[in-house]
Amino acid sequence: MPIGLESWTLARPEIFLAAVTALLLVYGVLRGEESTRFVAAATTVALLVTALLIFIPYRQGTAFASLFVVDRLTGTMKALTLVGAAIAIPMSQSYFERVKVWRFEYPLLVALSSLGMMLMISANDLMSLYVGLELQSLALYVIAAFQRDSVRSTEAGIKYFVLGSVASGMLLFGASLIYGFCGGTAFVQISRALLDGKAGELGTVIGLVFVVAGLAFKIAAVPFHMWTPDVYEGAPTPVTAFFAISPKIAALSLTVSVLMGPFKPLFAEWQQIIIVVSVLSMALGAFAALRQPNIKRLMAYSSISNVGYILLGVASGTEKGIQAMVFYLVIYTVMTLGTFAIILLMKRRDVMVENVSDLAGLGRTQPMMAFAMMILMFSLAGIPPLAGFWAKLYIFMAAIEAQLFWPAVLGVLASVVASYYYLRIVRAMYFDEPAEGLDRMTFGVNRAVAIAAALLVAVFSLAPQPLSLAAAAAAKGLFP
Amino acid sequence: MTIGLGHYLFVAAVLFTFGVLGIFLNRKNVIVILMCVELMLLAVNINLVAFSVFQGNVVGQVFAMLVLTVAAAEAAIGLAILVVYFRNRGTIEVEDISAMKG
Repeated sequence: MPIGLESWTLARPEIFLAAVTALLLVYGVLRGEESTRFVAAATTVALLVTALLIFIPYRQGTAFASLFVVDRLTGTMKALTLVGAAIAIPMSQSYFERVKVWRFEYPLLVALSSLGMMLMISANDLMSLYVGLELQSLALYVIAAFQRDSVRSTEAGIKYFVLGSVASGMLLFGASLIYGFCGGTAFVQISRALLDGKAGELGTVIGLVFVVAGLAFKIAAVPFHMWTPDVYEGAPTPVTAFFAISPKIAALSLTVSVLMGPFKPLFAEWQQIIIVVSVLSMALGAFAALRQPNIKRLMAYSSISNVGYILLGVASGTEKGIQAMVFYLVIYTVMTLGTFAIILLMKRRDVMVENVSDLAGLGRTQPMMAFAMMILMFSLAGIPPLAGFWAKLYIFMAAIEAQLFWPAVLGVLASVVASYYYLRIVRAMYFDEPAEGLDRMTFGVNRAVAIAAALLVAVFSLAPQPLSLAAAAAAKGLFP
Repeated sequence: MTIGLGHYLFVAAVLFTFGVLGIFLNRKNVIVILMCVELMLLAVNINLVAFSVFQGNVVGQVFAMLVLTVAAAEAAIGLAILVVYFRNRGTIEVEDISAMKG
């Protein structure tokens, strides 16, 4: 089967990113250590250009014998992933320079994992899904262990690697059963076979369960979340920030395209699983974080509960639900970037600290940063009129419209519990006596990101329309 | 007795279960975990190839090739991370991998 020019034009953003990464890798190897600054800057620019290439000029369709699909939803998700990755690279510089591992491999691994994520998001066949997922995961395992003289970082790498490979294995086992019982790996073939009466067969249902379990591992939903707190705590902080954003967006997008695509005929079966997973994630994320002293660990649980809310939108299975999911993901990205930018600025006597108690008294010593952190925390807790409130509202509205009353009520209760630990951070900043204040937060990328994120979250209510319309347009991609 | 598709699937399922159990029950050495991951992927390959032969379509074999390639890359990266960890801690006992708990 010849591959037409059309395929190459559809995959243009991916091809561009792959080519630039390969060239920069060669450059980095030839020039050695002094190339780091240039490679990092060039990778950031390349990621942003790739995001632009998706939309200018915008094309949609399937490519490479339907291994690969491009539509509004995949385009939006890819752009969000790429922007998250592009901001994560400059945010890492000061941290990695401090621990003396600011090397050119780091931005390139981020770019390679982003390439894997783009492939995952655009997957339209179990094979391209698997290859994309692995390209992403293999690069992520390495950057989790990137601070290679640190016990905690390498331990995070091992844990992430072992549990990530188990997840891939499960997903793959499910995929092999689906292939066997449906007679093909292409998403269209699977959904056609399921509509033709294969849906009731035990093999397909077991396959579905394994695939969903593998995906739940990748998005860190309960009961497959156990790697998250350890990996988030152990990995270098900028890597944690990256983990909380881009891979999460890509894996969630993949989950949606698998569930709403080939497995649409099994909606009744997977809806039950996703509702249970979603409610458990919201609850565990809320309760487990209550007593966490370490702010990175706390953010890990926060991300688990956020995944729970997003899955509630997925479980509703409607266009509204997907719109709410895209909307939530964009706001989540902004809030997470801002929060991690502040965590990256937390230093005492020039040593990075990462406990909630270290923030004590920040309201008096550095009112501006404390105020930014407060806005981000209020937004994560879902307090109106900040952006986080609208994100949750959309999700709950979609769930109610899909008749999911109980999960929505439990979600609201979980969000009340979760607000306790977000407010605990605010209390520490404004009401606790500092033992010894944090160092003055320096000017630079992280400070700019934190303030920009807080501003965006704060003024969001003035103009929610553009984002809501963009999310609606993206959701249309799945419901043509 | 002829050997049918069911037999292959059974063998693959047993191997896969050994792989998963090996990872969660193993308390000794991380290398064993790497071997168990490999076992899981090979079980999947048996599934894919058996389905491919019995359905007379070649997709499963192509998929198995991709899985083999990726499994090799995965093992390489796993061992590399393990070496780095060993340099820091001087041990790769599963029970010692516990700097973070909570």
